[in-house]
Amino acid sequence: MNDSLTVLLAQSANISSLDYPGPAWSPYLVGFLIGVLSWLTLLLSKDTLGASSSYAAISGALGKLFAKRHTLSLPYFKDNPPKVSWGLMLFIGIIPGAFIAAYTGNELTGRWLPAMWEARFGADSHGLRAVTAVSGGILMAIGARLAGGCTSGHGISGTLQLSVGSWIAAIGFFLGGIPVAMLLFRS
Amino acid sequence: MSEISKEKEQRRKQLALGLLFGLLFGFFLQKGGVGKYHVLIGQLLLEDFTVVKIMLTAILTGMIGAFWMVRKGWVELHIKPTRIAANSVGGLIFGAGFALSAYCPGTNAAALGQGNFDALLVAFGMIAGSYLYAEWNPGFKKGFFSRGDLGKVTIPEMMKVGRWPFIAVFAVLLAVILGVIDHFAVR
Repeated sequence: MNDSLTVLLAQSANISSLDYPGPAWSPYLVGFLIGVLSWLTLLLSKDTLGASSSYAAISGALGKLFAKRHTLSLPYFKDNPPKVSWGLMLFIGIIPGAFIAAYTGNELTGRWLPAMWEARFGADSHGLRAVTAVSGGILMAIGARLAGGCTSGHGISGTLQLSVGSWIAAIGFFLGGIPVAMLLFRS
Repeated sequence: MSEISKEKEQRRKQLALGLLFGLLFGFFLQKGGVGKYHVLIGQLLLEDFTVVKIMLTAILTGMIGAFWMVRKGWVELHIKPTRIAANSVGGLIFGAGFALSAYCPGTNAAALGQGNFDALLVAFGMIAGSYLYAEWNPGFKKGFFSRGDLGKVTIPEMMKVGRWPFIAVFAVLLAVILGVIDHFAVR
């Protein structure tokens, strides 16, 4: 048997996410703070936390740049014209917000391959990571548009308002994700 | 000030507020560890329960505050229509993509902010996938994805029980689930 394959198979049973550092703050504190943030967005902006539609807005804006007439003829972009909205600003804010948090907590990573990924697939697995990252992104976008939201829009904002569809979607996220994650790391 | 300039001023204020909420959201996500590849994939491998702890605590906190503000007449609910076929199929597709990328749309922005460059590839996939969805345009008015269209409905409405009795029971249930997870999960 190929040596690297032997190593890979031996590793697959040993690699545990728990060998890598956990969250800086208690998840209960962070959950509480995100809950309070959801009160504030409802009260002050009459809107809710979400992220996936911002990618669609960026997608529509880029589409307008390269194929304006075609992009504007698509029903989705007719119903959801790409524009600078409250939700897009919220999405953009996440990036520097996380940077400040990582910087103050000495957790900046600055790498293309996550450590646990590298332990599983090797230091030269950039191609495979690119394939999973891009295809994962495509599937998430299609799934989120079909379901009407993502882990934020349905998984937090919709579920906390006890929306039936949000609970169905949120359970679906985990039912769809668990087997694929097991295939990647436990097979 | 004229009506139009007041409206513009209001819009600018909301965009700034969106950015501020985004900064906080990103800060909390990173401090909560959910910008980390191994924390997210660890949840789908059922090893690290940080994600579920944060989500359920946010739901518990957010639910009580949101419905209290609705009762006070300060805010209205902002929920999306329930479409059982679209929510469940979209949810499963999203979940598969979530496992491949390990970052979901919101935490992907947090991962990027903390320096995980592979998040750029996930973002590229999300933008491309959003356009593919717009091209596909499945539609919810007829066909498979129109099945189970219940409109904007909450769980207590569907169960035909009082809103507050349901919230009281559900809050206890969420707290018990959190307690069980905290007791049994390593992290």
